[in-house]
Parts: sequence; structure tokens; C-alpha cells
Amino acid sequence: MDVKIKSMKHEDFKDNEYIDKLVEELNATGANVMVGKLDQLINWGISNSLWPLTFGTSCCAIEFMSLGAARYDMARFGFEVARNSPRQADYIMVQGTIVYRMAPVLRRLYEQLAEPKYVIACGGCAVSGGPFKNSYCVVKGVDEILPVDVYIPGCPPRPEAFFYGLMQLQRKIKVQKFFGGVNRKEKIEEFFAEHPEEKGRIG
Amino acid sequence: MSDIKELISGICPGATFTEGETLLVTVEEKDWYPLAKALKETKGLEFDVLSALIGMDWKESLGVMYYLTSTSRGWEMISVKVAVADRENPMIHSVSDLWKVALFQEREVYDFYGIKFINHPDMRRFFLRNDWVGYPLRKDYDTNPALNPLRMTDEENEDDTVSYVEQPDGKIKEVPGKVFEESDYVVNIGPQHPSTHGVMRFRASVDGETVKKVDVVSGYIHRGIEKLSENLTYPQILHFTDRMDYMSAHQNRHCLCMCIEKAMGLEIPRRAQVIRVMMDELMRISSHLLAFGCTAMDLGATTAFFYGFREREMILDIFERTCGARMSMNYNVIGGVIADLHPDFVKDVKHLIEIMPDRLKEYHKVFSGNIIAKNRLKKVGMLPKEDAINYDITGPSGRGSNWSCDCRKVHPYSIYPELDFEEVLLDGCDSYARYMVRMKEIEQSCRILAQLVDNIPEGDIRAQVPKVVKLPVGHWYQQVEASRGTFGVYIESDGGKNPYRVHFQSPCFNLVGVMDLTCRGNMIADLITIGAALDFVIPDIDR
Repeated sequence: MDVKIKSMKHEDFKDNEYIDKLVEELNATGANVMVGKLDQLINWGISNSLWPLTFGTSCCAIEFMSLGAARYDMARFGFEVARNSPRQADYIMVQGTIVYRMAPVLRRLYEQLAEPKYVIACGGCAVSGGPFKNSYCVVKGVDEILPVDVYIPGCPPRPEAFFYGLMQLQRKIKVQKFFGGVNRKEKIEEFFAEHPEEKGRIG
Repeated sequence: MSDIKELISGICPGATFTEGETLLVTVEEKDWYPLAKALKETKGLEFDVLSALIGMDWKESLGVMYYLTSTSRGWEMISVKVAVADRENPMIHSVSDLWKVALFQEREVYDFYGIKFINHPDMRRFFLRNDWVGYPLRKDYDTNPALNPLRMTDEENEDDTVSYVEQPDGKIKEVPGKVFEESDYVVNIGPQHPSTHGVMRFRASVDGETVKKVDVVSGYIHRGIEKLSENLTYPQILHFTDRMDYMSAHQNRHCLCMCIEKAMGLEIPRRAQVIRVMMDELMRISSHLLAFGCTAMDLGATTAFFYGFREREMILDIFERTCGARMSMNYNVIGGVIADLHPDFVKDVKHLIEIMPDRLKEYHKVFSGNIIAKNRLKKVGMLPKEDAINYDITGPSGRGSNWSCDCRKVHPYSIYPELDFEEVLLDGCDSYARYMVRMKEIEQSCRILAQLVDNIPEGDIRAQVPKVVKLPVGHWYQQVEASRGTFGVYIESDGGKNPYRVHFQSPCFNLVGVMDLTCRGNMIADLITIGAALDFVIPDIDR
């Protein structure tokens, strides 16, 4: 089964094995026709109206503004409704360095997002700490505190890279099981069990 | 210069002088406050601007380097060094009552070095969590992660503050205080708020809709650049400047390169100088376009945002062709620039300066004349000229208060003295004046570009630079006019290939310092527009 995205051909994506694996996982357990169709419908809806929570701390946020402006125009993909309240957003786009003072705030914003919720780490700093990795107060990648779905490398990533990452998220959503099966919620709980609130610095 | 020495010796006989890039006056702590007062108030000296306040750790002592500027003496600059040997409980007299800009700067020094400032009204940490252990920029700072782990617990709100007040008998008394009164109604804005232009947090106490006081809580993007720089070589620290104020990436990097080149005694080829200045001006236009777009968007005029970004994309294209990136260009290097101009550069720049006058007219038609914009910006966020000087508010915000503070004019650098351009000054002292200065500066930047675009000389783009860059023992301070004001770089070298201390004196740090002053008495809704018109970039504040 191909995961179809309107804006880009399947073979143009570079990491199809990963999506194929997800499809296999999805098919392995099987699903009732009714539930399956309903799943597809819901996933189609979610993936085409992904509303981001604006969470820009530094340079990447300016590129995100370019994304919203006329030339790149993310409205074409249904991403344009950038929300300022986590209650109304579908995913959190972490753009920029996360420092120790910000980390609890970010975790709380994530907890305030309504299910289903996703995280995209944008740019070197959010992916790994970037050029500030050795600093005394920089979180070495937002995946230390949140379960990340898609990583977009770059410093800052080009708008095209943003789109690629966002379309990856769309593909990932298209193969998720909204009802039963592999439940995202359990995975998130697992993540938080491994990353308790008080934690020493890694590395 | 010699009359300064005489005057200072008259006030403070113990002062010693070292000639250098600027006159360095070394005084003992007990003499510092009277000297500071005299430097500011004595006729003939009148050092009315505190340009930089830099915390230092000289291992055997802790201290502060002050850079003072006198506008009445033709922007002459002197530096003052104050050191205290006590590492356990270092104390220096505060100068925040003389130069208000020191209010936040001294808090920064306290945060990094643990130096307590006597008589400072509000001695709290500025960037780091209030439960942070140790002072990170001290040379003997314990980096053990167990001391300062990544804490996922929320911070307590800092309602309590402390002040170290000198008693008449000379003893220092710790006086606790409150940030807000018990009866104050405090509204929290940020750190995740779309209109604070980043992750800035304000706590505003309001009376009805009127703002009574704004408490700035910063540090949500403090990345410790200054400490990181101490462990890197000079070419390695260059890229940090692009990521502080990313809207003045070229200017900031130009400044750091110039500071290193000055210390090395390097001559820069003419072609590189011209390219650097052109890139600086392009960056300034792109920054002001973004400021225009964001100010408009904060007032709800989303269309204007699209207009501003349309032209900004053109500039980003020019950058991309020559530098290889849209943002964080990493273009200036020690000795010149990293790559030659793209063949289309001249054509693209000409096209830009040709269309800009019409586009500016369009902006004014769309937004500047709009009645809502005028009502929301005019007579809002008043900042009189005296306060702008006292808080060292440079850049378009300072010039909107009619303070002639353009570093390109007062401390000319690179090829700016040869260029014909005007310093835009408006006397509105309000948000609208700041906004209009930016729009007019776009015209002036276009004028500079027009003068240079046909006169880019042939030649090298880079001077010969040794593979390992080492600076002689000493210290240097360099300023440039960035998009938001005067940006300064301080480097102290011990002769090695790593800097002993690097300090970035960012204009936005001072800008956020006047939020309290400009917002008081205004409506809470105007806090956003005042912030938008001051146009600060948060990573530049926090560094």
C-alpha cells in the first residue's frame, strides 16, 4: 500500500522504507472494514488540516514566518492556521534552541495539546542542541523531553525542508490507527515513564 | 585626552592610566562611585552614555569594565576598570542611579559572576533559573551536571527581591523587597506569546487597563554564547554572531571580524570592505522590512506583513546566491569575506533599489497613513531624548527620540566615512516615530547601495590570514551600527588562540530595559505595539 500525498510523489521521498515498515505494522494486526474506513477518513482529515502551535524561540521561527508569507504559502497544504493556544493546535513545531529555563514550559505546552498530538523538531538546535550543544544550559535535543515525530535538520532549514518535514508528518498520520491497535497515547506514556521530571543531564 | 587625565586625577588621586585603544582608567572600588558621579556630572567631561558594562574574572580578582562615552566631547570613549579581590562576597557600588542602563546590565553581571552591586534596587538573577547553583562565567565554575540538572519542575515566581544598601556608617545591609505590591493585579505575558517576538516574558501589574509596572523576565533563550566562546578558537566563534540577532547577522559578524582584525593589525582589501558594507545595508533593509511586517501584524494588519515579506524574499535571494544561505549566512570571515560575489549580484541589487521607492510608497499607502495605525502608534510609548541617552537606546528607536546616535556617523568604521547618506532623525519620541525612522532608513540604505553598486573594485576578497589566529595580550572594543542599534564586541586576550573573554553588547538588551518606562501609564494592549515598535530580537538579548 502506498501512502499517497497529493503534493509529492511516493518515489520522491527519500525514506520510504520507514513508511513501508509503518504500513506493515498497521496491516499486521488487521482491522474491521468499518473501523478501517473510518480510520482512513479521520486520518485524511487530520493530515490535511494540521494546525501548528507557534513555538519559535530563534532563527527558525523567522523562516517559519517566510513559510506563512506569500511566496511559500503553507496554506496550500492546510498548515496555515498557526495557533497561539495549545488547546487549538494539532502539533507543536519546536523552532530553535530549548534552554533549561524553557524546558518545563515546553513540556507543559505539550501536555496542553489535545490528542492526537505530534512534535516536529526544527533545526539543529531542536534536533541535537546544534552549535550550542556544549553550553551549560542548553537541552541537547528536544527529544530529551518530548517524543518527537519528525526531525527537520538545517540551520535554519530552508522553507522547502519545512515542507518536506511537514509532508512526512502527513504520511505518518495517514498510517496511524486512530481507533485501537497501536495506540499513540500508550507510546507517549512510555516515553514519559523513561523521561521523568527530575532527571540528570545526559552525556 | 590629557585634560581628562588631569580632571580624573583631581577627583581621584589613586587612579592609574593606561594608554591604548581607549584610555583605560583603573580605580579602586572605594573610589569608583564618586568618580562615576564626577565623570557624568563635571562640566567638560559629561560622560552621559554608558556604552558597555562588562563583568570580568581575572582569576585573582573579579571586576567590571565600564565603557563610557561623552556625546558632548565628540563621542570620545574611555574605559574604567574596577576590580575586587574578594571572591566569596564581591561587592561593587552600583551606578544604576547615574546611568539607568546599568539596571539590567548589573543584574546580568550578578547572574554571571555573582558580583553584588551596592545600592542596586533589584538584585535578582536575570538569565538563569532562580534555583541555579554557581555563577557560570567565573573561571572556576563547577560544570558538574549534577549541580544544575535539567529540571522539569516549574520555577517559583520571583516576587521577592533583595537590595544591598549602604548604611551611613559604611556597613552594607541586606534589605528585602517586593517586585510587586501585595494589592497589585499582575498579568503574565509570555514566554510563549506570538507578539513578544520570541520567548520573552513580561509580568505587568495593571490598574484597570492601565499598566503600572512591567517586570521583564528574560533568559528563556539564554544559550551561554559568551562562555562557549571562551573554549573555542577565534574563527570558531564567528558563527555565533549570526545566531544572536539573526536580523543583523552581517553587521554583527562584521563587528566581531573587525574587532579581531583590529587586534591582529590586519589590512582588509578594499573589495572586501565594499562587499561587507553592501551586505550590511541589504541586511538592514531586510530587517526593517520584517519590522514593518511584524509591527503591522501585531496591530492586526496581516496584509502589510505579506507586502513586507515580498521584498524581503528578494533580498534573501541575493544573499542565497552569494552566501549560499537565506539566513545565518556565515559570510564575513577574519580578513574579508568567504566567497566572491555571484555574477548576478550587481543586477539583483540594481533591481532592488529601482523598485524600492515605489514599494515604500505602497507601504505608506497600505499602513502608515491608516487611521488605526496612527491612533495605536502616535503618542504611545513615549521615550524622551534624555531617557533614550540614559538608557543607551540606540538605533532607530533612539533616533525616533531625536538622539543622533548612528554609529556609522559618530564612530565611523570601514568605508562609511566616504559615503553620502543622512542620519534619519525624528522628534516624535513615540512608537510612530520609531516606525517611521525605519521606513526612512530603508531609503538611506538604498542610497548607500546605489553609490556602491557600480563601484565595486576588483581585487582580493580576503587578506592573508595565518592558519592559527592568535591575538596579542590586551583587550579591544569595537562597535558597529546593527539594524537595531549599536552593537559592541569586547575581546580580552591572554595571547592564546582562544579568547579569555568575549562579550557581546547587544542593542536589544537596552531596548527591553525601557519596556517598563515606556509602558507605564499606557493601556495593556499597547504593551504589544510598544514592543513591536522597539523591535527587539530575543536571542540578541539573552545571547
